Amino acid sequence: MGLKKQQFVSKVIIYTLLIMGIGIVIIPFWYMVVTSLKPQSLIFEMPPRLWPQEITLKNYIAALGKDLFGLYFLNSLIVAISTTLSTILISSLLAFAFARLRFPGRETIFYLFLLGMMIPPVMLIIPQFIISKQLGLLNTYLGLVLVYITMNLSMQTFLLRGFFEGIPRDLEEAALIDGASQWKIFWRIVLPLSRPGLAVVAIFTFLYAWDEFPWANVAITETTRRTLPIAIAFFQSEHLTEWGQVFAASIVALIPVVLVFAIFQRYFIRGIATTGLKG
Amino acid sequence: MSTISKRNLTQALTAFLFLLPGLVLFITFLLGPMIYSFRISFYDWNIVKPENSEWVGLANYARAFSNPIFRRAVINTLAYAIITVPGQMIIGLYVAVLLDQKIRGRAFFRVIYYLPVITSWVIVSLLFEYMFSGQAGLVNYILRDVFNIIPKNILWLADPILAFVPIDLLGIWKGVGWTAIIFLAGLQAIPKHLYEAAEVDGADGIAKFLHITIPLLRPTTVFLVVVLTIGALNAYISNLLITNGGDPLDLTHFILTLMYEATFKRLDFGYGSAISYILTVFVFVISVVQIRLLRQQVEI
Repeated sequence: MGLKKQQFVSKVIIYTLLIMGIGIVIIPFWYMVVTSLKPQSLIFEMPPRLWPQEITLKNYIAALGKDLFGLYFLNSLIVAISTTLSTILISSLLAFAFARLRFPGRETIFYLFLLGMMIPPVMLIIPQFIISKQLGLLNTYLGLVLVYITMNLSMQTFLLRGFFEGIPRDLEEAALIDGASQWKIFWRIVLPLSRPGLAVVAIFTFLYAWDEFPWANVAITETTRRTLPIAIAFFQSEHLTEWGQVFAASIVALIPVVLVFAIFQRYFIRGIATTGLKG
Repeated sequence: MSTISKRNLTQALTAFLFLLPGLVLFITFLLGPMIYSFRISFYDWNIVKPENSEWVGLANYARAFSNPIFRRAVINTLAYAIITVPGQMIIGLYVAVLLDQKIRGRAFFRVIYYLPVITSWVIVSLLFEYMFSGQAGLVNYILRDVFNIIPKNILWLADPILAFVPIDLLGIWKGVGWTAIIFLAGLQAIPKHLYEAAEVDGADGIAKFLHITIPLLRPTTVFLVVVLTIGALNAYISNLLITNGGDPLDLTHFILTLMYEATFKRLDFGYGSAISYILTVFVFVISVVQIRLLRQQVEI
């Protein structure tokens, strides 16, 4: 009985601490939502209320109707989806070669690819900018997508190689005897069996591309090509005190991220735990 | 014999086709740029007409080291790492230990703690800027009116030291979720029978934590120290948005906000490249030293 009581007390303590932690995590988000629902006149109200006195959707209507917001959302969507699909394809091709094919220099090339995980990405921005300028890729979707794929390639190839190596080879050997090509084995056997791994790659790259700021900030100078992070940053610097609208736009930008994460969180957490530790 | 080598050749050819798209991208946008950037750092680079660029040797590097704004940026960046890395690790471990208990709704707690991690740096930076605003910010209100800690509002962003309070807190707040997930994976890899054996020997919770958990988490800890430090030294977006990169008086720069300003505002590409190479070498040396030191401790 004493032991049970002790366990009960420790449970209560654990839950209390966890919920306090959640408070610290959630309050800024909550404050953002509340601010986005306040009329402009109450943005700097004193005391600042964590529960809005009057709720208005004016900020949403103003922010979403203004400044080509729909276009920015579309830009972000196009860039994030193209990045995700191409990264899945290209990194799984690489991973298959490293996991299954025999060729001279395999280890060397693999380790060269791992270099990509160690280089601070921002140091590459200057030469990437110059090269993209020469190739005419500035202010294009392609210019964003190609760099985003490259920045994700090392990590995702590494992750998928591990995944492919865990797939038993029996099926492939049978297929080889039946005369199947390596391409067919890759496309018909290995890829379908790797869906959980591909899901991890998809979530990581989607969130990366959706949130990315430093590269888009230098590669995009035309207003119509902005992605959401750039658009929101510019919006704030141009409308310094209109925080309600800034946060209304931010919340709309945040919705796809939260949706993707909520749906796939199981894969996601597993992906972080495994790649994080190995990477 | 010849059929075998023919098969090898076909397989090498197939492999080449599988590697091709990735290799092209990797060379064009990563390996090439790395080398290119090194070259640029020795020039007074002319972005309009690169062929007119003037070779200046180590002048860009010398300029950086002799510039007080750059030295200040180095100190700011190091201070950010020294504060946010232990901050994320201590709180992250604490959250991971809590999540590792037999509790209901673990998935729910994980999702909430992870929310800041998946939110774009742009959004959370603006959010912290707003919460720390001088006249009517939420933080000033809580400190002044709720807890009565400060007599009057603090102008956080107008002070070259206090401006780092929101930046550093943001760094910790945003990173704890990831750190906790990594620690949690490390905790769950510790064999349970070790704890049971210790209990038989009469060890209490604290003894178990100090003598089993902490030593067995060593690989995870080394990994986190290195990765979080690299991340901290590369911090950039929060500073750029919260201090406009350097306000007030260029005293609050990080190394990368300075690089950004030199390159994309003053179009001084050579100087910017030198700064990013200094940072890269810096990151590399610190990582190697950390790995050496922390590994050695394991062997002792």
